[in-house]
Amino acid sequence: MIATLAAVAPWKAPTIDYHALLPEIILAVGLVVVLLVDLFLEERGKWLLSSLASFSFLGAFVPVVTLALSDSGARSMFDGRFVVDDFSLVLKGLFILVGYVVVLLSTTYVEEGDYYRGEYWVMMLTSVLGMVMMASSRDLVSIFVALEFLSIPAYMLAAWRKRDSRSNEAGAKYFLLGVFASAVMLYGMSLVYGATGSTLLVDIGASLDDSRMTSVRVLGIVFIVIGFAFKVSAVPFHTWAPDTYEGAPTPVTAFLSVASKAAGFVALVTLLYIAFPLASDVWQPMIWVLAALTMTVGNVIALKQTNIVRMLAYSSISQGGFILMPLAVAGTNDSAQSVLRAVVVYLIAYAVTNLGVFGIILAVSRKTRSGEIASFGGLFSYAPGLAALMTIFMASLAGIPPFGGWFGKFAAFQSLLSAGGGWAYTLAVIGAVNSVVAFGYYGNVLREMWMRPAPDGDESPINAPSPLVLALGITTIGTLLVGILPGLVTHFGDLASLTGAFGG
Amino acid sequence: MDVFRDQNWVLSVGTFLPLAGVLVMLFIPKAEEQLHKLVALVTALATLGVGIFTLMQFNYDNADKMQFVADHEWIPVIKSSYLIGLDGISLPMYFLSMVITLLVIIYSWNHIPNPGNPKAFMILMLVLQTGMAGTFIAQDLILFFVFFELVLLPMYFMIGVWGGENRQYASLKFFLYTMFGSALMLVAFLALFFKTGAESFAIPYLVENGGAIAKNTQVWIFAGMFIGFAVKVPMFPFHTWLPDAHTQAPTQGSVILAAILLKLGTYGFIRIAIPTLPDAAIEWAPYIGLLAVIGIIYGAFGCLAQTDMKRLIAFSSVAHMGFVMLGISTLTTFGLNAALFGMVAHGLITGMLFFIAGSVKERYHTLEIARLGGMLKQMPKLGWILGFCSMASLGLPGLAGFWGEFPAILSAYNPADGLPVETFRTFMIIAALGTVLAAAYLLWLFQRTAFGEPKAEFSGHGGHGDHGDEHSDIHDVNMFEWIAWTPLLIAIVVFGVVPNLMFKVLDPAVAVTLKAFGG
Repeated sequence: MIATLAAVAPWKAPTIDYHALLPEIILAVGLVVVLLVDLFLEERGKWLLSSLASFSFLGAFVPVVTLALSDSGARSMFDGRFVVDDFSLVLKGLFILVGYVVVLLSTTYVEEGDYYRGEYWVMMLTSVLGMVMMASSRDLVSIFVALEFLSIPAYMLAAWRKRDSRSNEAGAKYFLLGVFASAVMLYGMSLVYGATGSTLLVDIGASLDDSRMTSVRVLGIVFIVIGFAFKVSAVPFHTWAPDTYEGAPTPVTAFLSVASKAAGFVALVTLLYIAFPLASDVWQPMIWVLAALTMTVGNVIALKQTNIVRMLAYSSISQGGFILMPLAVAGTNDSAQSVLRAVVVYLIAYAVTNLGVFGIILAVSRKTRSGEIASFGGLFSYAPGLAALMTIFMASLAGIPPFGGWFGKFAAFQSLLSAGGGWAYTLAVIGAVNSVVAFGYYGNVLREMWMRPAPDGDESPINAPSPLVLALGITTIGTLLVGILPGLVTHFGDLASLTGAFGG
Repeated sequence: MDVFRDQNWVLSVGTFLPLAGVLVMLFIPKAEEQLHKLVALVTALATLGVGIFTLMQFNYDNADKMQFVADHEWIPVIKSSYLIGLDGISLPMYFLSMVITLLVIIYSWNHIPNPGNPKAFMILMLVLQTGMAGTFIAQDLILFFVFFELVLLPMYFMIGVWGGENRQYASLKFFLYTMFGSALMLVAFLALFFKTGAESFAIPYLVENGGAIAKNTQVWIFAGMFIGFAVKVPMFPFHTWLPDAHTQAPTQGSVILAAILLKLGTYGFIRIAIPTLPDAAIEWAPYIGLLAVIGIIYGAFGCLAQTDMKRLIAFSSVAHMGFVMLGISTLTTFGLNAALFGMVAHGLITGMLFFIAGSVKERYHTLEIARLGGMLKQMPKLGWILGFCSMASLGLPGLAGFWGEFPAILSAYNPADGLPVETFRTFMIIAALGTVLAAAYLLWLFQRTAFGEPKAEFSGHGGHGDHGDEHSDIHDVNMFEWIAWTPLLIAIVVFGVVPNLMFKVLDPAVAVTLKAFGG
């Protein structure tokens, strides 16, 4: 009986490389442990949860390192639908580290807030788990699942301060527009599947070709790109970002503006490089327009903001435009390599810098209880250390050497111009002008800190809690290292390390 | 003695030593003000020590070659390396930056501008020094760019925090102008990189291969660099940030701005734009010359219209940098030598003038020319130093200013092959008229501030009547000022009498730079 069944359905369990899955497994175990421990903890013991969460992240980082050091090359599972190559490892490492720093940023905030603690860490771990899976996904279905996996906890985190109407607004807006974007994307995916007969990115890449484009295929690609444009808050699909960022708890905003955005870019890059490399005539012009609009509109609106988190929301939109900028030439064979590198380097530089900025905001707002840029007045006179670090972060975001951000911008310009041609140069000049305009609002913060007096004359020093200090230390060192020795990060993002890219 | 034979560490130490001082100061509490000044002073002295060692070890017979070259891997994927070196063109500016920083720190000993905080002030000064020195030794475009930008933030804060009334506006204007220039400059650098085969950012490599780029493309790339450097110089239509920045900056900031920062622009033209894009340089030269003479005349008239002493000196910078750019635009060895000499001379003289303006402000609490007067009676030493520097600035033979200005004018008589001779001779005549105007505004300034009787509001010095204490600030040159100023005053005379001291270092390197022009 059993023998006949086996003969009818020759199903074989896929071979599972547990080493390759270890980061995901550790995160999953970590989130279950946090959930369970939370049930049995007294209120006064809840501090343990943040430690558990941070150990989960650190624990998950270990296999990322061992995988990176192993010589066995790319590991592919489930018929190439889940791939652990160097590209995905870099980003897994980035997501996990961002998760760890966000835990540090959140610890005091969560303990002082009057809301659920256990759930907060569970959501955070779940969302990072989704991101880590995203970095390895090479199939439309798994990309979609990973995307929802990382987004749904993020919706809830945004609305985490449930008695605060702004936080509710943030969560609701984020959720509604996020779901809408998912629906558009899913529709695009279904069209692509219908047109190519496969959900595996490599197979799609082989059959989607500029020379055999039909309107259904074009529509599928366009919808998918638009879906991700929502996720990375590219103009004109950015409208959810400022309200969500302003209303969400500040550490969550840090998380959304860095990790969630990076995850969107990772998925977009994977799709463009593996699924649509031969359809570049379709998406390159789209990305060009999105990039130009995103950096310009984000910048111009940021200039007028008086709330620092809202300003950073628009700044992060505009930074997203800079990350999109090189992708506008990603389909050119000679530039593909340097574009991929630029995107990865930019994401790293942007992540460390932006987390640092939020670290400072959290430290300062503990004293000032205000989110206005004006509340930074006089910071240099009563907290010179924080002011100096904020100066480094702001300069890095503005792209001034020798701080991390400059190399991200430089790499973006360099890869864009390597493609040559009038379109690339036009976009580069738009980017150059925008990088100057951006100093208008970053400089505004510097001016408040260095040149204006404290708004209420209160010059008592700021006591930053130790997790926050650790987070600031990590991000500062990261920002300086990327800026002064960019060689350290440039080997991340070799095109050769992206399995299946450009049919290679 | 390997250390002395293999000297490629010399420049790196000289450039980054100030950062070691910064590191020490970071760990000293803010309240230890004297200690901060001391650490900064020691650091600047040590840096200058390395600079003097560099001067002694420099092989003057090979001034045309890069010396103390160090080449290390930096960002291999974009083919940029840590390539540094020093030749006859860089040496004077590199050394001058160290001298000026030291003198400014000495001057700051008892002149920390409001709102105080020597710790931050000195740290910014030392960071600034690293950026300036680094720009002059970088032989790789990306490295050059990083150093070029490194000076921006410290100067921004120096103006914005320690500056005058209108400091926030002035500092932002300074920053945005310069940043706009450098953004386009960076795009031009990248274009140059790709058009030479995307092989290397090393300047020697680009000089060798840049000439092969099609002329039309060269003209466009040059345009990007032109904006970047011209803003920094500043040349005529881009100069509007300068009077504001100078007027609002604290004395120390003005001195560094005038003595070194402006030269980063002219240096960029000589080191990068002209040798890498020779065909474009020929195309652009007449326009550069035109803007230069407009700057000379416009700056001079601007000076005549000023009522504020510091603003007047700032406008005179526009005029003087016009002479430097005129020399550069001739694309001849003669013109470039004059330009480079003019850069150093202007650094010494205008730096001195800003020092004086700072001291006048400290004593009278105003720089309004109409309210000043009779300085020679009240403070004869300060008055005569002002007279001396005015003479030097207007180009009196025998002082350093002459050797920057006169040869620059003369060089326009005979520009490089391929340039319109008549046009340049016209420029020459206009520039010569500019020197007359320079004499006019400087002598007029000297006359109004130093001659005659002190104005009634300030004449109560010496215990006459009840106004005695109000003028207690009015005293002659003090010790720190003497220490800070004497080296500059001596240098102005020495280079005025023996200009060949510098020309012999510059000339071989200039000849190499202009190889492409048959000069």
